[in-house]
Amino acid sequence: MNSPLSSVPLFHVGPVPVAAAVVVTWGIMALLVGGSVLVTRRLSLVPSKTQAAFELLVDAVDSQITETMQMAPAPYRAFVGTLFAFIFVANWSVLLPGVEPPTARLETDAALALIVFVAVIWFGVRAGGVRGYLASFAVPSPIMIPLNFLESLTRTFSLLVRLFGNVMSGVFVVGIVASLAGLLVPLPLMALDLLTGAVQAYIFAVLAMVFIAGVVADGRPVPLQPSTPQNDQRTPP
Amino acid sequence: MNWLALASIVSAAVAVSFGAIGPALGEGRAVAAAMDAIARQPEAANTISRTLFVGLAMIETMAIYCLVIALLLLFANPLLK
Repeated sequence: MNSPLSSVPLFHVGPVPVAAAVVVTWGIMALLVGGSVLVTRRLSLVPSKTQAAFELLVDAVDSQITETMQMAPAPYRAFVGTLFAFIFVANWSVLLPGVEPPTARLETDAALALIVFVAVIWFGVRAGGVRGYLASFAVPSPIMIPLNFLESLTRTFSLLVRLFGNVMSGVFVVGIVASLAGLLVPLPLMALDLLTGAVQAYIFAVLAMVFIAGVVADGRPVPLQPSTPQNDQRTPP
Repeated sequence: MNWLALASIVSAAVAVSFGAIGPALGEGRAVAAAMDAIARQPEAANTISRTLFVGLAMIETMAIYCLVIALLLLFANPLLK
């Protein structure tokens, strides 16, 4: 049985080995970019049916960002929306016969988790400056600096392991059941796989939002979140 | 089949089976509490289920860690090379 932790090169471009996951990733990227360009080519004030459907999608992303982060969604829409769309399409690419989702490979998930790690720093520095970003490590008190620093590393790792474990175990279980039982038996498991894939894409995006919201809110001099205790003290009795 | 391989296989099975118990109990409690909360306050169902999903993902990660340990033991065991 092939190890789920290693990937086999599909072909070589010069000296560079290319795995199947990379090909699928580029296919998904082409699909998403091409689809977006095609949909937004002729935008009009009175939307066509396609435009209305995609506006609904963007609206849904916006409302999720607003509810989760308690902030204006505009700066985060592109990042979070793309993250969700890519992981969702990648997880559901298992629907095509012969395609293994690239998120079932450690490398793709590591890349996604690293993107979130860098994005947290980027948004934190952009919202509060370098000083504000560094100050976000000292919340709620400077004693927490080593723990907060460690957390920023371990949560990246846990993002990676969570996505990899969920998607890979789904593919793995379907493979085992198909080899043991036959053609139609793994169908319910594959349906469960699709549900897990959608939920994991959602959770990945939500966790990215939560991390960004945390660092952006902590880096500001006045926290925006209404439920923090500092705000309660500030309100006049 | 030497003893090291045997021990790796048994430990992989033990890691997954016992590692799944804790998260399973935790997820059960979390879902029960969320159901209770939604029954009391149906208008907050959106917020509750979103938080529930994120929390479940967090809890589930513990079981996934065990799965990864088991896979490491089975497929990338440095002691068996």
